Amino acid sequence: MKPRLAFFDFTGCEGCQLEALNFETELGELLKHVDIVNFREVMQEKGENYEIAFIDGAISTESDVQRIKKIRKQAKVLVAMGACACLGGVNCLKNFRSMEENLRIVYGDAAKYYDTIPARPVCAVVSVDYELPGCPINRHEFLRLAKALLVGKKFELPNYPVCVECKMAGNVCVFEQGGFCLGPVTRAGCGAICINGGRHCWGCRGLVDDPNINSAREILEKHGLTVDDILRQFRLFNGCYPEVSEWRR
Amino acid sequence: MAKVNINVHHVTRVEGHANIAVNAKDGKIEQIVWEIVESPRFFEAMFRGLNWEDVILLAPRICGICSIAHSTASIQATEAAFGVQPSEQTMLLRKLLYHAETLQSHVLHFYFLAAPDFLGVGSVFPLVNNHKELVLRALRLKKLANDLADLIGGRKTHPVTCVVGGFAKLPEVSQLKTMAQRLSQGMDDLKETVKLFKGLSIPNFSRETEYIALKGPGEYAFISGDISSTDRGTAPIRDYLEITNEFCVPQSTAKFSKHNRDSYMVGALARFNNNHSQLLPEAQKAAEELRLKAMCHNPYMITVAQIVESIHAVEDSLRLVDQIIAQGLKDEKPEVNVRAGRGIGAVEAPRGILFHDYTYDDKGILTEANCIIPTNQNHNNIQKDMEALVPSILDKTQDEITHKLEMLVRAYDPCISCSTHLLEVKFL
Repeated sequence: MKPRLAFFDFTGCEGCQLEALNFETELGELLKHVDIVNFREVMQEKGENYEIAFIDGAISTESDVQRIKKIRKQAKVLVAMGACACLGGVNCLKNFRSMEENLRIVYGDAAKYYDTIPARPVCAVVSVDYELPGCPINRHEFLRLAKALLVGKKFELPNYPVCVECKMAGNVCVFEQGGFCLGPVTRAGCGAICINGGRHCWGCRGLVDDPNINSAREILEKHGLTVDDILRQFRLFNGCYPEVSEWRR
Repeated sequence: MAKVNINVHHVTRVEGHANIAVNAKDGKIEQIVWEIVESPRFFEAMFRGLNWEDVILLAPRICGICSIAHSTASIQATEAAFGVQPSEQTMLLRKLLYHAETLQSHVLHFYFLAAPDFLGVGSVFPLVNNHKELVLRALRLKKLANDLADLIGGRKTHPVTCVVGGFAKLPEVSQLKTMAQRLSQGMDDLKETVKLFKGLSIPNFSRETEYIALKGPGEYAFISGDISSTDRGTAPIRDYLEITNEFCVPQSTAKFSKHNRDSYMVGALARFNNNHSQLLPEAQKAAEELRLKAMCHNPYMITVAQIVESIHAVEDSLRLVDQIIAQGLKDEKPEVNVRAGRGIGAVEAPRGILFHDYTYDDKGILTEANCIIPTNQNHNNIQKDMEALVPSILDKTQDEITHKLEMLVRAYDPCISCSTHLLEVKFL
């Protein structure tokens, strides 16, 4: 019997689900080995009998909390997909204001009709078996995990910083160009795509397990930057970070 | 007459979460509800206090499927606020990147989300077995769109290279030449798509409404122009609030958009009805073959209008690539002088007209943002279509009525997750 896969989306942009589908060549091959039983965005059937659940989006309403608990009960393997599901992602920016203020800014007088709680990653509510970080996920990493799950192989994320991949891509260091970058502390696996595209790293894949804080501080000092400069940028995808390491335990 | 009681919880094959409910007894309709249940996102609140560079990084994250539209609207709003004038080269590249998203989004809709209804299956996956060529063609077109977006934008979902004033990285001329060949092959695939849809029967339903889209001189508008209404003619972008006109209805929590009539439509059919004479020749030909003629009042034809627009997008991309190659690419360092001010960016996202309206202080920190999303503007029109459609099909079985309503919703290709602020439509 083929393993049954399901995809569920929470508070997010659904871009990670699209990336998971973005295999024009490999998709047909993958479908020979799995049954997708629930993927609301692209299919009518809604199977509740699945083994592997892919979750994208953050948890940001009471009904999200109930729904993810129900999914966890059914799924043998639960995968958090993307910065929102793994870290809370951009959604956590609203946590720096009171929920009342957020509601008032966006909905004005109609605020009382909306349900919202501070945004949090999936691991804050239920246990997570695998994480595919990034905003959006790297589709090749998705495929690597899918293959590992199918053949029962171990799956691990790279545990070195983006700088390693950036060097291999032959980029001139962003700091050397007078810019600022979160590459030194961010988990690799994206191929340094943002720096390849002429920008810098915003840390959407979260921190490596043991970031070399001292050396990061040295780089900042050398280029006349402060911890505040880091925090402002770090917040964009990692607003929940201090709590994430707690939740993961 | 039989009792009708329809409850579709979380409509499938649309972006985001929404429900349909219809109750009728003895041929009398008690309620028709198009309800949005997506979790609110709060982007307009999250933007406040952010530096302009972080705003344009965040904006594409509003929606994974039309991230290039949000990126472009955000960058153009910021450029308008700071008085930055993008170069001709930047505009050529922006249009080319933009076509990649229009093509990708439309292909996803007409092959993956809409076609299964016409072919009697629940999703595109079972088609792999008996319509293999169709699936391969759909995947080839999607890959073409993705690769074009990767080449110009660095990545399709949440582009990397697009910045205020231009591009952080330019493609190589040799890469553009290869892309031109692939675009020509894509045109053949799209012509096959026209043949396929010519043979499918589109539900016959008509309800006259107002159609709103960007309109500009010289070309079928996607990223510039004025706001055009088929009822009222054109108005400048700065008047957008008078057009989108969101307001609350006393007996409900609903916010509605309305302009000249009860509701209006945005998206591919609205663009076609406003700008059909500016379509390029192959797209014109496809419209004729698919019997799409302005003014078209059948919302099920939105899907057909998307096919016509896809051909236009590829045709225009070929033209743009030629022009860029002929001119050569220059490294331009975008110069941005931050100043206090307000700017509005208006673009045609795949699903319709999209506005980002930002106010910055003199340090380039955002103090106020308003984003008006196409799907929000369509909700009211979907509701009115349902109210007009249901009485005419009440004699059908409950399953048939449900299917017709789901198809109607899917035709609009609603992108609910992208609703920065939601319309909760409840009828009491």
